[in-house]
Amino acid sequence: MNKKGSFLKGNIRQYVMVIALAVVIILFQFLTHGVLLKPLNISNLISQNAYILILAVGMLLCILTGGNVDLSVGSVAGFVGAISATMMLKMNIPIFPTIVVSLILGFLIGCWQGFWIAYVGVPAFIATLAGMLIFRGLTLVVLKGTSLAPLPAGYTFMASGFLPEIGKMGNLNILAIAVGIIASILYVLKELNDRKNKRKYGFEVSSYKTFVPQVLGILLIINAFTYSLASYKGIPMVLVIVIVLVLIYSFITMKTIPGRHIYAYGGNMKAAQLSGVNTKRVMFWVYANMGLLAALAGVIFTGRLNSATPKSGVNFELDAIAACFIGGASTSGGVGTVVGAMVGGLLMGVLNNGMSIMGISIDWQQAIKGFVLLGAVAFDVYSKSKSK
Amino acid sequence: MEQYALEMRNITKTFPGVKALDNVNLQVKPHQIHALVGENGAGKSTLMNVLSGVYPHGSYEGDIVIDGQVCAFKNIKESEAKGIAIIHQELALIPQLSIAENVFLGNEQTDFGPVISWDKTRIKTMEMMKKVGLHESIDTRINDLGMGKQQLVEIIKALAKDVKLLILDEPTAALNDDDSKHLLELLFELKQQGITSIIISHKLNEVTKVADAITILRDGKTIETLIKGVDEITEARIIKGMVGRELVDRFPKRSHAIGEICFEVKNWSAYDSKDESKLVLKNISINTRRGEVVGIAGLMGAGRTEFAMSVFGKSFGKRIEGTIIKDGKEIHIKNVKDAIRHGIAYTTEDRKSAGLILIDNIKRNISLTAFHKISKGIVIDENKEIKAAEDFREKLRIKSPSILQRTGNLSGGNQQKVVFSKWIFSDPDVLILDEPTRGIDVGAKYEIYSVINDLTAAGKTIIMISSELPEILGMCDRVYVMNEGRIVGELNVEEASQENIMHCIMQSNQEGYNE
Repeated sequence: MNKKGSFLKGNIRQYVMVIALAVVIILFQFLTHGVLLKPLNISNLISQNAYILILAVGMLLCILTGGNVDLSVGSVAGFVGAISATMMLKMNIPIFPTIVVSLILGFLIGCWQGFWIAYVGVPAFIATLAGMLIFRGLTLVVLKGTSLAPLPAGYTFMASGFLPEIGKMGNLNILAIAVGIIASILYVLKELNDRKNKRKYGFEVSSYKTFVPQVLGILLIINAFTYSLASYKGIPMVLVIVIVLVLIYSFITMKTIPGRHIYAYGGNMKAAQLSGVNTKRVMFWVYANMGLLAALAGVIFTGRLNSATPKSGVNFELDAIAACFIGGASTSGGVGTVVGAMVGGLLMGVLNNGMSIMGISIDWQQAIKGFVLLGAVAFDVYSKSKSK
Repeated sequence: MEQYALEMRNITKTFPGVKALDNVNLQVKPHQIHALVGENGAGKSTLMNVLSGVYPHGSYEGDIVIDGQVCAFKNIKESEAKGIAIIHQELALIPQLSIAENVFLGNEQTDFGPVISWDKTRIKTMEMMKKVGLHESIDTRINDLGMGKQQLVEIIKALAKDVKLLILDEPTAALNDDDSKHLLELLFELKQQGITSIIISHKLNEVTKVADAITILRDGKTIETLIKGVDEITEARIIKGMVGRELVDRFPKRSHAIGEICFEVKNWSAYDSKDESKLVLKNISINTRRGEVVGIAGLMGAGRTEFAMSVFGKSFGKRIEGTIIKDGKEIHIKNVKDAIRHGIAYTTEDRKSAGLILIDNIKRNISLTAFHKISKGIVIDENKEIKAAEDFREKLRIKSPSILQRTGNLSGGNQQKVVFSKWIFSDPDVLILDEPTRGIDVGAKYEIYSVINDLTAAGKTIIMISSELPEILGMCDRVYVMNEGRIVGELNVEEASQENIMHCIMQSNQEGYNE
């Protein structure tokens, strides 16, 4: 009982945000007269927010190291988009090499920033503020102030394509349904395996009374989601990318040594150092990784826009940072999860999308997002002071 | 009836689930030094928080009587107005500000309105600095002062508020012997000037020396008050009151043979990390044997921590020279990871700022030093991790509801046990313990000593840095004396005494002077 109490307390922020997300979804479903959860709109919601979610994954790692952020990601995304458009349209380089080069470029930019931050000791805020200016400037230089469009279909596939159909069942895309079922099976197997392992070591497991409804609930959500995708065009490619990233990075942060090192760094840098954590290397890789993900976000955003423009990527960094903090990351580091950042990003995405459908202007949307961020972090601070 | 400067009558304070104070009585006579002793968690700090208004009137039962007048403080401001000042263990000074600015922080000297009079501020600060014997420029930043002098600034700050009752929480915990002595002498002087003080301390030798009366708390209850000249005041008597049983021996006995030499540091020199022209470690050579506890004694600033950290993966110092030999073979240690791989562990002197990740739980702190033991590749097996942490919780008797408890919420003694767990988990052969029992109560100290004995019984070698000479003498087989970055003496425990050790230091100072 005691154990459960403290567990709940530790994760309350995340639960609260999941509940908040559910409430916001239900609210807008009602306010938009059911448009929000229409299959078409769900697909839209995903492709509209994918690049922010991708950035939020990388941003979370930066924030975990001690509230450090990367202000340059928007500019880097714009720059990478500009480079890849130039390569394809001006230099006639095929799509696949272009994407590979774009991602490598992003990674190298990340290494560059990581070098200044980790090994030279420039504060992350300053180094990435410089990066923000540098790469925004270089974007303008590359594009010479104009836009490049349209882009080849293969390039935009990652952003707005769908997984190929393998057949139709009535109106339904069979692949989407199948993926839902396979995901369900994998989820159940994983849960059962976890329980088995816990038992093997003699730890307590939750009773079937709470376990079964929990699993059934998750299965319902997975399959309702894939069903809705199936009744539109199937599974969007960006969704696959985002889910794969979330799985990989959740695994890294929660189950691997490098992940633990990041949390340890943010929790207490000195203690981590004296426990054998190579703190400089951790910092370097966190920013190198951020560069890579910024490039991926850049490729996807450019593809979605079907053009590379000098302004693309402006303010992305702020949305990504907000997503992490709404999702429970701590401004002092060492606390936060990838899934939390996704919940934070989706919360903002649903707000945006819902308000757009209702015809609320962009100006108001911006202001409302601001209030949500303020409210979420204020709640965090308040609940922390209570628990002391 | 005798008039007390302070009387706390039947104070009872309950927190949800715990009775922190249970009918506590405290009577302090004017112009005296009154000591408050007890184990961690006995309720000393809670009592002082009640007194100073941190817990407002109404949140506790009982009466606070000052100079015959019942007081009901709603906040700290009100208790300060009555002349009560509390100096906490963690000093409340702003490091970037000067002495004068700190002294009158929150109590600014003004000419009119909110405009600060720097002349008044400076003159008053200077006067009081003279009074307490702090010889520094008033513009010196707190950053540039040692702990001892910072403590004095805190006292000046209290004096500036016209303090009548000065409360000091562990004032000498972070001070070396000289600074401690100076501070205690100052308390005597303040006493002559009519200031009553209450000191909370774990250092019983100091308490017995300076206190006019000693009140012992245990488990939130007053056990007894010993009056100088009336009762017999000895450390043994106080300890008995504190722990509720007679601690026959403060240091558990060790009975096993000491083996061959297994760890040597030879001709070890290093320059300061910040100032590369300053040689801080000068040609140090030490060796330790299997199953041996070797102490490094010395004054604060002797370079002991710097030495330990430079050996431990070059965590301190530039241009480090010298050799490390383990089990007869020279080893090269470039970083902390190498050190851990070669079986060296180092527990920091400050477990809060450099030893533990306070926002993380016990489990995650323990596993940090040796993930490879519980991982396949880079993937951590969480079940193995839990198992390992549970084992340590049981073996070292870490008192906590579970291994998922945040280490920041543990008491000092239990935090130190987590630090020990995490380093034992890395399977070291050589453990360098820097002030392993600082700020820990008598009972927990005994447990830590027992752990050290278990380690030596398992054939490990211990290097113990400590500023508490009784601890060095009680626990070590051999003692190195360090002063100003060099080893100035090596004594076997049979020939070592406090006088001997101090003699070594003094003599080396003399030589340094003659050079």
